[in-house]
Amino acid sequence: MNLTLRVWRQKGPQDKGGFVDYPAKDVSPDSSFLEMLDRVNEELESRGEEPIAFDHDCREGICGMCSMMINGYPHGLEKGTTACQLHMRHFSDGQTITIEPWRVKPFPIVRDLITDRTAFDRIIQAGGYVSVNTGSAPEANMIPISKEIADAAFDVAACIGCGACAASCPNGSAMLFVSAKVTHLNGLPQGEPELLERTRRMVEQMDAEGFGNCSNHRECEVACPKEIQMRNISKMNRDFIRSSVLSRVFGTNGKS
Amino acid sequence: MKLDAKIPSGPIAEKWDTHRFQMKLVNPANKRKHTVIVVGTGLAGASASASMAELGYHVLSFCYQDSPRRAHSIAAQGGINAAKNYQNDGDSIYRLFYDTVKGGDYRAREANVYRLAQVSVNIIDQCVAQGVPFARDYGGLLANRSFGGTQVSRTFYARGQTGQQLLLGAYQALARQIDAGGVKHYSRMEMLDLIVIDGYARGIVTRNMVTGEIRSWVADAVILATGGYSNVYYLSTNAMGCNVTAAWRAHRRGAGFANPCFTQIHPTCIPVAGEEQSKLTLMSESLRNDGRIWVPKKKDDTRPASQIPESDRDYYLERRYPAFGNLVPRDVASRAAKERCDAGYGVGATKYGVYLDFADAINRLGRPAIEDRYGNLFEMYEKITAENPYETPMRIYPAPHYTMGGLWVDYNLMTTIPGLHAIGEANFSDHGANRLGASALMQGLADGYFILPYTIGNFLATTKLAPVSEDHPECKKIEAEAKERIQKLLSAKGKRTVDDFHRQLGRLIWNEVGMSRKREGLEKTIREIPAMREEFWANVTVPGSGDHLNQSLEKAGRVADFFEFAEVMARDALQREESCGGHFREEHQTEEGEAKRDDENMSYAAVWEFQGVGNEPTLHKEPLEFEYCKPTQRSYK
Repeated sequence: MNLTLRVWRQKGPQDKGGFVDYPAKDVSPDSSFLEMLDRVNEELESRGEEPIAFDHDCREGICGMCSMMINGYPHGLEKGTTACQLHMRHFSDGQTITIEPWRVKPFPIVRDLITDRTAFDRIIQAGGYVSVNTGSAPEANMIPISKEIADAAFDVAACIGCGACAASCPNGSAMLFVSAKVTHLNGLPQGEPELLERTRRMVEQMDAEGFGNCSNHRECEVACPKEIQMRNISKMNRDFIRSSVLSRVFGTNGKS
Repeated sequence: MKLDAKIPSGPIAEKWDTHRFQMKLVNPANKRKHTVIVVGTGLAGASASASMAELGYHVLSFCYQDSPRRAHSIAAQGGINAAKNYQNDGDSIYRLFYDTVKGGDYRAREANVYRLAQVSVNIIDQCVAQGVPFARDYGGLLANRSFGGTQVSRTFYARGQTGQQLLLGAYQALARQIDAGGVKHYSRMEMLDLIVIDGYARGIVTRNMVTGEIRSWVADAVILATGGYSNVYYLSTNAMGCNVTAAWRAHRRGAGFANPCFTQIHPTCIPVAGEEQSKLTLMSESLRNDGRIWVPKKKDDTRPASQIPESDRDYYLERRYPAFGNLVPRDVASRAAKERCDAGYGVGATKYGVYLDFADAINRLGRPAIEDRYGNLFEMYEKITAENPYETPMRIYPAPHYTMGGLWVDYNLMTTIPGLHAIGEANFSDHGANRLGASALMQGLADGYFILPYTIGNFLATTKLAPVSEDHPECKKIEAEAKERIQKLLSAKGKRTVDDFHRQLGRLIWNEVGMSRKREGLEKTIREIPAMREEFWANVTVPGSGDHLNQSLEKAGRVADFFEFAEVMARDALQREESCGGHFREEHQTEEGEAKRDDENMSYAAVWEFQGVGNEPTLHKEPLEFEYCKPTQRSYK
C-alpha cells in the first residue's frame, strides 16, 4: 500500500519544529510501523538527507523506548500495543498518518520524535525501590506471599516506563506511571517498611518535575500499552494522604 | 598474551570460599577514593554498579539508551535457574553445575561454572527481597518450572517477562544508589574506545549521543557489561542497538577475545516475513513443553496445516530423538529445523519455517490451561503474524539469540588487560559452546551482584596505580582517534546506507557462520570480508554532522566494528575442527548427521589477539580440564 506520512521534524530542543510530508510507497502490510519508518529513512539517507529520528530498541514491546503519537494517539490506536508492535495491516491504502513526539512539558523534545524522559528515572530514584543491599536478603521462601498479591504486584510491575500515560493526559499527568511503581512495592511485604516515605518522596518528585494532576479523564488507562489500571492512582492517593498526615504529626518519615 | 585463568586450588566446592578468604580487602574508608567505570546497565551492569556503590566505591555508569531500564536483558522471557531444590526433585548445586558444563558441550571452565551454581541461590533471595514478583503457588511460596529439557524444575519465572522483572529490580537498586550519590549515571552515552595507560585500563572515551561531545573519563578500573554480538547477523532477537563496539574496541587495545564462533541460534522464533524485516522475535522455549514440532512429509506441500492429515505429517524431532522429542537442547532443535527446510519441507511463504502445533495440548488440557500458560506469547504471535495459534499451528524458525563467546576473563572476571573486567554476556566463561535456557539471567546477576564486587576489591587492594586525569596525553590521543573515525564516516558521502551494508554482512555471516559451517564457506567469508569492509568505508552514506543527535552515525560506527569483528568470528569457526554446541562443522558429523566433538584435540578456549585490521590475529589456547564432569557424547536419542 501507499501512504503519506506527516511527520514532526525539529532539529533540537531550542529550534522551531514543523510537519513535513513524506510518501511511504509499497508498504507491506506485514511490516511493523517502525520498519515502515526505517524504509522511509533509508530513502532519505540514500539521498543524503537526514532521517527522521525516533527512539526504539527492543522492538518486542518491552523496553519502553519507542514513543510516538500516531494519528493523535500514543503508540497508535491498537489496544495494549507499543508502536514497535503495531503492524501496517491496521492501516489502509492511501491513508495519511500523522506522527508526532510525546508532548508533555517534563519531556522536552530532543530531536524530531525523540523526547527526554529522564524525569521518570528521577521519580524512581526518589523512592521506587526496596532498600536492600546485596547480600543482606533473607532466604527467599521466608517471605510467603499469596498468589493473588504476587499476581497483582506483577500486573503493575509490568509497566515499561514509556510515558504514553503522560502523553495521553490532557493535564500531562504521570500518575499512572508513578502509581504503578508505588502500588507494586507498597503492596508487597518487602516494600511495606518504606511505604510512607516512598509514596511521599515519589509524589513530590513527580510534582517537582512539572507533571500535572489526575482529574479522572482516564485517557492513560486506554493508552497504556501494558493496560495498567487507573485504580492504582486511587491506591497511591490513599497512601499519599496517609503519608502526609502522619509526616505532619510525626516528622518526615511518618513514624514516631 | 599470557593466559592465566587464576583458578584457585583445592576441591571444586571449596575454591570460591578459599578464594574469598585469600583475596585482599579494601579498607572501608578507602573505598570511596576508588572510581570504577561500568559500561552497560543490563542485568550484569546495573547489579554490579549498585552493589559496588553499596560497598562504598565511586561508580560511573553509562548506557546508550535513554534510560538504564531499557537494556536488552529486559526482553528475556523464560526464567532464571537456581539450585534451590524447592521442588525436592533431586536438584543441587552440583547438579546445576554438571548440567551447565554438559549443556555447554564441555567447552566451559569448570571452576567458574561451579561458582555460578553456588551463588545462584543467593540471586533468588536478593531479587525476592527487592520485590521482584516471581510466580508463586497458592501456599504463597515460589513456583518453579522445568525449562529447556532439564530433568528438574529449577527455573524461577515471572510470567513470560522474567528478564523485565529482574532488570527492573537491578535498575531500582541502581536508582537507589544514584539517589544516594554513590553512582553517577549517564544515559545516551556511547563508549567509543578504551583508555589504556601504562598497561592498565584506566578509562573510556564516550560520545554524548545528544550533543556529539567526545570526552574521556578516567577511573581505577573499567567494567564492560555490554552484552553480546548477535547483531553481526543483522537479523537477530537482540535489540536494534546491541553491538560489539565496546568489546571490540577493548580487543583492539589488547583484550583477548575468546570463542567468537560460539553463537546460539534459538530454535523458536517467528520466521522472517519479508525484506523489510528489521529484527526477529523470540517465542519462549517453554512453548516446546506443550507444542509439537512438525513439517509435511511431502516436499513443497502447499496445503494449509489444517488440511494436512496426521499421516502426512513428520514430527521429525520425535522421530529422530524419541527420548527427548520436542525438548532436545536448542542447538539440536535448530539444526534439525534447518535440515528439514533446506531439504524442501519447510512451511510458510518463504519455506523457511516449521510448525509448532498446540492442537494436541489443547485437546488434552483444554484451552484455558494453554491460555494460562502461554496467553501472552500467543497474543504477541498474533500481533506480529495476524494468525491465531489456538486455531492454526505457529510457524517458527531458528534465529541468532545469544553469544557464548566474548572477552576472555580469568576467575576474577578480569580480561587480559589489567583493570579491565567483563561481566554478563560480554564475557565468555560460563556457557561453553551452548547456553542452557534460563542461564543467561543467572550468569548476568551472579557476575554483577556476587562475584565482581568481591574480585574488584582484590584488584584495587593489590594494585598500585598512578593518579591520572582526563588531560593525560593518552586520553587526548584516543579522543582524537575517535573524532577522526567519525569524520571519516561522515565524509565518505557514498551511495549506500549503513543498513544496506549491515544486511549484506549479515546475510554472509548467517549463511556461512550460522547454524552450520564448512571449511570452504569459512575460507570464502574470510576472503570476502576485507573487500566488503573497504567498500563500506568508501561508499557509505552518513548524512548530517557529528555534533548533534545522529542515528545514522551511531549505526555506522557499530557496523564498522562488526565488519572487523566478523572476520575473527569466521577464523575462529575455521580453526575449530570439530562440532560442539552451537558450532556445527559439516566435516565433523556422525553417519546419522549428529555433531562430533573432538575432546582430544579441541578441548580449549580459543583466545584471539588483535594484530591490526586485515592482519591475521594470533591464536592462543587456554586448555580446559574436566576433573569433575567427564566429557561424554551428548545423546538425546
